[in-house]
Amino acid sequence: MAIVNLQNVTYKYPLTDSPALQNINLQVNEGEFVAIVGPNGAGKSTLCYTLAGFVPHFFKGEITGAVEVAGNESSKSTLHEWVLNVGLAFQNPFNQISGAKYTVFEEIAFGLENIGVPRDKMKQRVEDAMQLTGISELAERSPYSLSGGQQQRVALTSILVMQPKVLVLDEPTSQMDPIGTREVFGVIRTMAEKGMTVVLVEHKVEWIANFADRVIALHDGQILMEGTPQEVLTSDRLIDKAFGISRYTSVARKAKELGLWKKNELPVTLEEAAQGFALNPTPLREKKAHHEN
Amino acid sequence: MRIEIRDLQFSYPTGVQALRGISLMIESGDQVAIVGQNGAGKTTLVKHLNGLLQPTAGYVRIGDWDTKEHSVAKLARRVGYVFQNPDEQLFSKTVGVEVAFGPRNLGYPSEQVQRLVNDALGMSDLSDKTEANPYDLSATWRKMVALASVIAMDTDIVILDEPTTGQDAANVARIAHVIQLLQKQGKTVIAITHDIDFCAENFERVIAMSQGQILLDGQANEVLGREEILATTYVDPPQLTRLGKRLGFKTTVRNQEEFLAALKNDDS
Repeated sequence: MAIVNLQNVTYKYPLTDSPALQNINLQVNEGEFVAIVGPNGAGKSTLCYTLAGFVPHFFKGEITGAVEVAGNESSKSTLHEWVLNVGLAFQNPFNQISGAKYTVFEEIAFGLENIGVPRDKMKQRVEDAMQLTGISELAERSPYSLSGGQQQRVALTSILVMQPKVLVLDEPTSQMDPIGTREVFGVIRTMAEKGMTVVLVEHKVEWIANFADRVIALHDGQILMEGTPQEVLTSDRLIDKAFGISRYTSVARKAKELGLWKKNELPVTLEEAAQGFALNPTPLREKKAHHEN
Repeated sequence: MRIEIRDLQFSYPTGVQALRGISLMIESGDQVAIVGQNGAGKTTLVKHLNGLLQPTAGYVRIGDWDTKEHSVAKLARRVGYVFQNPDEQLFSKTVGVEVAFGPRNLGYPSEQVQRLVNDALGMSDLSDKTEANPYDLSATWRKMVALASVIAMDTDIVILDEPTTGQDAANVARIAHVIQLLQKQGKTVIAITHDIDFCAENFERVIAMSQGQILLDGQANEVLGREEILATTYVDPPQLTRLGKRLGFKTTVRNQEEFLAALKNDDS
């Protein structure tokens, strides 16, 4: 069942002429993991803001069409009602952390305080959320003394503790080093396994291929195509449009032209590439085997 | 212009020892990538090149200048530094004024300033954006403005701190193109990067750092193939290097051409 339903959504930021989103029709089912890819300026962040209610409630501008989450319509709700529907994680955890709290524990409790959750319930929910994301040991640290990956996990935890129906992540690892990236994707994996509905904007296509049920390619504010990770991320339609393409896909595409890639589908991940290239009959390998015999 | 770093040690006032004895020679026109986990000392090291930091022990020479004997303002004639976050360096009302600030500040005559600005804007694909306010541009274009404003200073050495972070494929290609042009002009380019595929495709020499020391320093193929050592500083080899290893290639490959050549020759 679709928990997110966007119908013919077109949106213009204030004082702009061309729409940032155009005729977006998007359904996301409960428990589904949808990844969104696209070049800078494609409308990915605007789509995240739209799902999270910042468009139109915060950014204003002109919106037509309908944005529905769990049967509620965004335009008929207030932003503080909407945060219980959709939680949004920003690129940079710095922008998320309140700056008003001295410890990670308090930071994560901040949202619950604002919606008036009783103290004993609040403590339990914060502890549960920290355990889920693996940051319990950071509880007494200052949010500002943490590494990027730790900070992003704190930011994610402060969203998850609100128990939103849909989690939206806008390039959560773009500012992270490789360790931070792995830590943050570890949390995202846990969320996916728990059956959370997730919409993830991400450039790192190898990760997407490992997680997503469906991929949507956004270009110039419109949906260019959607399908399985393999279908979309290896599509010829993404070439020359500034989409991030896995090196495995590019090299296999070139190898295919040279007759050195035998499969029909192109790979996105290391596994897929290794399996595909291993199918090549290699004369030298046979020679060597012969020699060894 | 040669960079010579000898027994460089640096401790922050807090007592944290960030660099524990670095010796390094970078020749004029070298293209060097520095990789390694956060906290390895990469940024601390390059901040010594333009005098933003001074050695606790050892020395850094930029050509014949010891960085201890020259101000940051003077070193700016030889070393340009592009920050990771463009918003930390942009402040002018238009792209043109922003890019002209550096060379004008160095006291170059106005015709030369104009030529340097035009060249830098051209190299960075910004010629049609000179009148725009940098903050009306997208983050990717602001990155290009930051890059152009340093290129316009015409320094022999250009440092790029995480040039590809948060950039899409089109802008990564644009930045790679700028690096190629700088190389053609004989400039030394030093980049700190976590983007190991970008590193593999654009740099001939790679330095891996860990805990304030140099772990590996050499030809890109040599360094990027040392999987176990790189793992200690949380660097994964590039995608095609990993794939080559998986397929049992004997040589280390780091880009599409090398991979396909090895595949054709059956380098297993």
